[in-house]
This record gives sequence, structure tokens and C-alpha cells, in this order.
Amino acid sequence: MYGKGILKGLGVTLKHLVDTYVDDIRWGKKRYHTEEGIAHRMSKDARGIFTVQYPEEKLPVPEEFRFVPILIYDENENGEIVHRCTSCGICSKVCPPQCIWIERSKDPKTGRPVPNPAAFSIDVDICMNCGLCAEFCPFDAIKMDHDYELAVYDRFANNIYDKNKLSRSADYYASIRPLNNELEEAARADKEAKKNAAKKKKTASG
Amino acid sequence: MTAQTLEKDIATRFSDAVTLDERAGYEGYIVKAEKLIEFATALRDDYGYDFLSSVTGVDYLPDNIMEVVYHAYQSTGGTALVFKVQTPRENAVVPSLVALYPGAALQEREAWDLLGIRFEGHPNLKRILMWEGFEGHPLRKDWKEAYHEDDLKPFKTRWPEGAIARSEDANVFDKNVAYPDGFNPEGWTPEGETALYAGMKEIEKSDGLQTDQIVVNMGPQHPSTHGVFRMVATLDGETVVKLEPVMGYLHRNHEKIGERNTYLMNIPFTDRLDYLSSMSNNFGYVLAVEKLLGDKSIIPERAEYIRVIMAEFTRISNHLFAIGTLLNDMGAYFTPMLYAIEERELILDIFEAASGSRMMCNYYRFGGLTRDLPPGVEEKMRELVFDRLPRKIDDLDKYLTENEIVRARCQGVGVLTPEEAIAYSAVGPVLRASGVPYDVRKADPYGIYDRFDFDVVVEYHGDVYDRYIVRLEEMRQSIRILKQALSDLPECDNCLGKPRYSMRVPAGEAYGRVEGPKGELGFYVVSDGGPNPWRYHVRAPSFINVTALSKMCEGDKVADAIIILGSLDIVLGETDR
Repeated sequence: MYGKGILKGLGVTLKHLVDTYVDDIRWGKKRYHTEEGIAHRMSKDARGIFTVQYPEEKLPVPEEFRFVPILIYDENENGEIVHRCTSCGICSKVCPPQCIWIERSKDPKTGRPVPNPAAFSIDVDICMNCGLCAEFCPFDAIKMDHDYELAVYDRFANNIYDKNKLSRSADYYASIRPLNNELEEAARADKEAKKNAAKKKKTASG
Repeated sequence: MTAQTLEKDIATRFSDAVTLDERAGYEGYIVKAEKLIEFATALRDDYGYDFLSSVTGVDYLPDNIMEVVYHAYQSTGGTALVFKVQTPRENAVVPSLVALYPGAALQEREAWDLLGIRFEGHPNLKRILMWEGFEGHPLRKDWKEAYHEDDLKPFKTRWPEGAIARSEDANVFDKNVAYPDGFNPEGWTPEGETALYAGMKEIEKSDGLQTDQIVVNMGPQHPSTHGVFRMVATLDGETVVKLEPVMGYLHRNHEKIGERNTYLMNIPFTDRLDYLSSMSNNFGYVLAVEKLLGDKSIIPERAEYIRVIMAEFTRISNHLFAIGTLLNDMGAYFTPMLYAIEERELILDIFEAASGSRMMCNYYRFGGLTRDLPPGVEEKMRELVFDRLPRKIDDLDKYLTENEIVRARCQGVGVLTPEEAIAYSAVGPVLRASGVPYDVRKADPYGIYDRFDFDVVVEYHGDVYDRYIVRLEEMRQSIRILKQALSDLPECDNCLGKPRYSMRVPAGEAYGRVEGPKGELGFYVVSDGGPNPWRYHVRAPSFINVTALSKMCEGDKVADAIIILGSLDIVLGETDR
């Protein structure tokens, strides 16, 4: 029969339509604007339409999600901010679009470089969010952020991020990437322990 | 004929014209320019190398030589036969192979445009990606753009002084173009355009009725062209008499950028080629560089599996998109499209969880991957592969395959015979829909594809409908591969190692190719031993498949040209590079 294929196809459309309403009725108000509902709409059991009503609803981003880089700082006992960055320059060397500028600071007395950047800027208009800087930073100092809502009215005035604007606390980092943070802290503690052991050995023998 | 006997045979038959390429790290033959046609004819007709996959040039500035590199394959499978022709840089002329291999047409134009190699005998040797008023040939090593900052990355100004300068300030819009001497951009009429129209317009007198053909411009700004792509068609009534693709609107000279980048920096740039299947692009590029690295890049077993898994997911998501947009092109606006890309959404969620980005994945590294799969991702993959996707592909099949309108529009439209498909160097679903069972995963296996059990999908009519069927079936085959790969996926803790950001790549050349969703995607990389590739060329399936577009459209209706283009499944990021 001519037209059978079309009717069969329309059956699929009808099923999709019905599925949407069935899911709506089954989940009731929970389907929208709740974490549970969004998780359901992202799962394999999602049926019918599963669009998300942005910006009222936002999809949760996975831990590895990457958007423009941030600089991580720790706070010491006195509450002073200590940047992890040592201005070694690896991030600016691996950066594919070359959007990271780092000015090394120098000791005013000796004139020798100090492991702390005097200035650190990223042109986020050029940044391609590839994450290579974070991947190759040996000090866990530069990481990729989760905040993706960066729209501004004037990009010329706003979109070169300086050290201040890039800085985030270690706590913030731990909140967006808990698993990675745990692994890195363990690795750092391990390294520190090894270093101390080596030091002890040295002082003991020497 | 084995490789040794072939080599011997060629050596005796062309003793005066062909020598082995004996530079360290190089392979293949160097052919004298005047004997090229004879050699290529013998390759095609006597030795069975009927598929000319890639044509490109390399500028060896220190030796003052321009080299054209050809990669030919047998359409029955096997490894490449590489041959090269050398010519002086100042007056680079090489005979054109278009008469033998029509698939070289656009690639030779590209080599002329970007490298300034003239191909004698080419029927239409015009610029293709750059415009006619452009000065110089940008891929030549001595060509520098306006406000050129530095030859190679990393740039010296970034560290340790780090004086920030906005690129817009140095590179002022409208003032960053160099014109040839005596060129006035204001008073310029595009010569190529007039010629294009004049060449296409023919007044025909038939059976006493004087009819006039009209030239119609489709694109570049039109949703049906999948981006900024233009087709200039001469129509007789509604029938396409002649059709010329015009491209380059999205050109950014990816290859020049690639030659200034370090090897590692190129990986995120490959994402931006075919932005619907970035995982496959990564795969092709890392394969090429790993070939150069040789034994230094041993890939952990688990990484090999994840590479295949990601590449197959990419294929499914790309084919879903291709089928969806094909229906859009037919005028079934957006319902089929959205049904198709619903599933793509779930696949992208997996990419995002693993790589950090939905489309610009940047996930593969030389010798492995960026990171192992985060917890929970494997589970999600299993849910999709073993449960949801097969169901949804069946749904799509039920929805579209037997639809009478789809069949009426697609069957018998845009036919490409197997001989034509091979001659035009068509690849991927386009080639396989024409009855040529050629799939790089089987013909010249890479990675660990030889371990999986799957079929090469072939259809025999070579029309738009068969290309659709091939894509649909290929998704099922991908599911088959995914099921095997996920079942065999070895456990391994933290075994991907730490990739290095700088490394020594031994001098030489390598051609890595993968069966991307759009077809054979190849990367030709030449290393001079430095931190940046000397030559980086992309053999883009979306670009080379367009070669056959005119052939397919001729004789069909103008409305069909749209769906024929849709059935090629091009992505302009890759076509224009």
C-alpha cells in the first residue's frame, strides 16, 4: 500500500508525543526545575522531549568540564594568599593560541627571579579552552574553571583577565573538582614526604 | 604482486625515470616530472593503484625544492604507494594528473593556491581557498602574513617579560591585508567571477525553440549548504547542466597554523576541522605523529580500546547528524533532525565527562589519552550501547527508511558509479554506497581495529538513498564494535602515563589515516627534527568528496542538488580548513 511507510513513520512521531506526556504525568512537577528531574532527562531512560529550559534550568557539568583557566591560591596560617604559580612559564609555552602572558618577578635586591608571577594575564577572547595549560602545570597552579557564563557587553574592556581576576581559592577548586583535588593532594603529600625523608637522610649522614 | 616484486618491476621498467626516496625517514619513489604521466598510468592500469587518495606539496626551502607528494592505494585494500615529483621553487611546474585521476582536481588547485605549484594540463587551475586578489602563496615557507609576530610558537614575548598586547591592536581589521603590487581593491572586479559566469552560460538552440540557460547562485549564506558553501549552477529549466562548487569562505589556513605550532598544540586545532567528529580527527593526527615517533610511543592496551570506543561513538553521533540534516535538506524541517540528534546529545554527555568538552574534545595524546575514563562514564557507555542506542536506531529506521517521500526524493538521485567513485577519490559512505567495499578500518587497519568483528557496509545504487542506508547500517556496525570493545575493555589503573609537552620527533615523513565518519581522513606530517612540524597537511574527506559533486548533480533537478550535497555530508570547517 502506498503511504504505508509514511504512516509507520507518523506512528513514531505519535509515540514520541505520547511519551513526552506520559513522562510528564508520571514525574509531575518533579520533571522540571529539580535536580532529580534534570538527571532523569539526561539518563538513558529519558523519553520524549528532554530539552532543558536554560537559563532557568542548567545541566550539571561533569568534573572534567573545562572552561577558561583559573589560578589557584592557598591561604597560609596567617590568612595570607600564597599563589601556587611559580611563573615557570610552561603553560604559556604549551598554549596553542598563545594567550597567556606571564611576567616573572625579581628580587629587588639581588635581581634574581622569584618563583611568583608579577603579572599573569590571559586573553579569554583568544583562549580556546583546550586545557593544555592545566594538564601540564607541574604545580597544580592553573586549572580549568566550570563557570561558562562569561558574556560581557564590552569585550575590549573586560576580556583580558589579570592575575586578580583569574585567582580562585584552593577551596573553590576542591569544590568543583573533588576527585582530582583528592588525587593531587595525595600526590603532593607523597612528594613532600619523600623530600623530607631525603632531607633527613642527608642531615643524618652529613 | 608482492611489495618486493613491485619494487623490482618498477625499478627495471622505469630505470631512467624513477628512483627510490632514500632520505632518512622517507619512503616511496621520486619520479621525474616528464615521466610522471607515464608512471601514473602504469600505476593505475598495470599495478592496480587506482585510488589516488592524497595530493599535496611540500616546500623544502633550504634545498630550494618544491615537492609534490602523491599517496595512491589499491581500491581492494593495502598500504600506500607514495611517489613524489620534485621541481625548482621559482618555477614550480608539474604535469597534472586530473586526466588520469579526476579526484586530483581540487587537490591540485589547492596546491597551486597555497604553495604556488602549477599543474600543467589542469583544466581549471584557479585559486580555490584564497581569493584572486590575494598576494603570494601562503604555505610557502618564506610567506609571512601582515603583522607577522614570530616564525614559530611558543612566541618569545609571552614569558618571562609577558608584556601583554592585544592581537587586534597589532592586527587592525581592514589594515591587515597585503595586496599584490599595483592592485586596487576598490576598483577591482573579481575576474574569476566573471569568468565563472561567462564560462557557464551557454545559449542553446534546440528544435527551433530558443531557450536560455540561467545561472543560479546557491549560497554561500544558505542553511541548506551546511555552512558557508556556494554552488553556482547553470540550469536548463529546472535541470542542472553544470555545477561548480565555490569554497574558502571559512578558510583560516589551518596548515600554516599547524606548521607554526608545536606537535602537541596541533591536537586541539584538529578538533576544529570537522567539528562534529573531533575525536576521529584527534585519532588521525596522533597516529601520524606516532608513526614518526616510532617505538617511542607504545600505547597502553586500555588506551587503545578507549580510542576505538570514542571513535565509534563519534561515528554514530556524526551519522545521526548527517541523517538529520539530510532530512532537513529535503524540507522535513526539524522533526527528524531533532529526533536524530537527541541521541547525539547523550553521546556528547559522555565526551564531556571524559574529555571536558562536548565538541572540542582534545582527548587523544601521543602514546595514549589525556586521562582515563572518569568514574561512572563506562557505566553510561554500557547503558547507551547495550540498551538505548540500538533501540533508537531502529526507531529512526522505522521512521524514515520506508517513507515514500524520502524514497521518491532520494532514489536514483545523484548517482555515482563505482568506477566514477574511485576515479573521483570519493571516500567513506559516498564510496561505499557506490558499491566499493573500501573501509580503512578493514583495508589498512590501524589501532586495534583488526581485533573486532564487523562488516563493511556496502550498497550498490550509488544514489542519495543508498548513502543514507550506508550511514544507518554503519551505526549498527559501530554498535557491534562498541559492544565488543566495552566487553573486552581491560582494567588498568593509572597506566596512561604522563604525556610530555615537548619531545623530539625524528626527521622524516608519515601519513596517518583513519576511517573518520566522513571517510578517509589523513594527516601528512613531515618532521625536520625540530619541535614544530615542517609540513602538516590534512587530507580532508569533506573537501575531496566535493570533487564529485558536479558529476553527481549534472542532469538532476536543482532541488536535488541540495540533497546531493546533504548526502555528501560535508562540514565546512574541514572543507575550507
